[in-house]
Amino acid sequence: MKIENPEELRKIANKIRIHIIDQVYEAQSGHPGGSLSCADIMAVLYFNQMNIHEKEPEAPLRDRFVLSKGHCSPALYGTLVERGFLEEEQLKTFRKIDSNLQGHPDKNKVAGVDMTTGSLGQGLSVANGMALNSKLEHDGYRVYCLLGDGEIEEGQVWEAAMTAHKYKLDNLCAIVDYNHLQIDGNIEKVKALDNLEGKWKSFGFHVLTVDGHDIQSLIDAFTTAKLTKEKPTVIIAKTVKGKGVSFMENKPEWHGKAPNKEEYEKAIKELKGGLEEC
Amino acid sequence: MLEKKIATRESYGEALASLGEKRKDIVVLDADLSSATKTNIFAEKFPERFFDMGIAEQDMLGTAAGFATCGKIPFASTFAVFAAGRAYDQIRNSICYPNLNVKICATHYGVNIGEDGATHQMLEDIGMMRVLPNMTVLSPSDDTQTKWMIEEICKKKGPVYVRLARMETPVIYDNNQTFQIGKTVQIGEGTGATIIATGVTVAEAIKAKEQLAEEGILVRVLDMYSLKPVDKEAIIRCAKETKRIITVEDHQIVGGLGSIVCEVLAEEYPCKVERMGINDCFGKSGKPEELMHAFKIDAEAIYQKIRE
Repeated sequence: MKIENPEELRKIANKIRIHIIDQVYEAQSGHPGGSLSCADIMAVLYFNQMNIHEKEPEAPLRDRFVLSKGHCSPALYGTLVERGFLEEEQLKTFRKIDSNLQGHPDKNKVAGVDMTTGSLGQGLSVANGMALNSKLEHDGYRVYCLLGDGEIEEGQVWEAAMTAHKYKLDNLCAIVDYNHLQIDGNIEKVKALDNLEGKWKSFGFHVLTVDGHDIQSLIDAFTTAKLTKEKPTVIIAKTVKGKGVSFMENKPEWHGKAPNKEEYEKAIKELKGGLEEC
Repeated sequence: MLEKKIATRESYGEALASLGEKRKDIVVLDADLSSATKTNIFAEKFPERFFDMGIAEQDMLGTAAGFATCGKIPFASTFAVFAAGRAYDQIRNSICYPNLNVKICATHYGVNIGEDGATHQMLEDIGMMRVLPNMTVLSPSDDTQTKWMIEEICKKKGPVYVRLARMETPVIYDNNQTFQIGKTVQIGEGTGATIIATGVTVAEAIKAKEQLAEEGILVRVLDMYSLKPVDKEAIIRCAKETKRIITVEDHQIVGGLGSIVCEVLAEEYPCKVERMGINDCFGKSGKPEELMHAFKIDAEAIYQKIRE
């Protein structure tokens, strides 16, 4: 399944956003802000870029995806539903007792989840291990790792960046969901990232900065990454936290809060409106 | 017990290099310590399957987890304090929780590392590793056992922590000795006391046992190389058959071997347990033998304890 049409991909991203709001509302807990900001990235990866098979989730030569910002599991689960890995019905169990859909993704519980994540800062190292294996076995698969912008305050991310550079992991593509907000407020106030492009460049990465909600720009960036040789790529995706739900946009309080009934209905109405526009 | 001495880290390095030939699914990662952890022997033979991750232990264990998701058996080595200590969260969340097949072979535990002193003398790792679900914790006492263990853990799916010593210790077992994860080796039948030991203290316990035998005091030694799973049956049997239970370890007496034995006996066969080991303090610089003596975990200290 490969969808080329940006309008269709935008529609899928919108459906993922609806799944996000549904899950967080039903669970009355979870992380809507950062899930909404990465929905377009997820749609492009799973429907335009990655070589994956819903009927064979463990296919050895498949591309891998590591959701390093594991708290954005609603975006991953929503994407897996749209891509046919997961039954939509299961989304109602998100974060509830005995559900396979844990608060943070568990690779042993959900087909299509390539790595268990949740403790921030660890995913890029894992993605490196997968990419190194692909190189060692000449398997040719690619590895994608989605990082939060707040997450890269963790030192391990930069240890991993040095590893990706050392081993020239051109089959690795990291994506930073640069939505500028973390729990305690604006990233620049909490722990200034400052020259984010320069940081990744100096660690040996090929850096592409794009509008993380512009489907065509994302497609182009991932395509450029595939053609880049001898070095890993990072896509700095400029995004809006809470994207698609007006009252959640750019509001740090929606990092980890569930909407009430009224807010839920408003959010769904806005997102369904967006769906009709497509 | 033979005259020949070899450090279990050396046995590990040799075992790994020899296994690399038949097991193409092994990859080895180190954090700039391969000449000390002895993974350099593997690195020389199989450079394409050896990854020096630099001084970045958290990244090393995460990368090992990534390899494991692709079906490899990664062996990750560094000093125990940097593996179990510095990278604890990576071991917990990226290895044990997803139950990945990563073998963490940590060297340089305990005061027996000597001169480097307290910062490098890992004395809490048994406790930290055994509380983790899915983790197997092993602590070999000699060359023969280490070589068996490294091959054996390749056959066992899931995370394993192996505690390897810097100090040279006597070869205890010949090649006819059998071992099994979850079991112990009992040395001697004496009923005066059971000395339960693990790692470097097993040879010390055997020395003490032999010295005591010359004076007509007959004790037995239980080599507890498998700390998790633990051989409960052997502990209970020895508690029933011998007058005293003494544990001795190059580790804090809290959380390690002493605690394990107390937990088993408190539930199954309540009796007094005498724990020898590091008692709520850090180590210090000195020669390995001097430190083993100073912290009362050598043959002399065990001998004196039983003579009490």
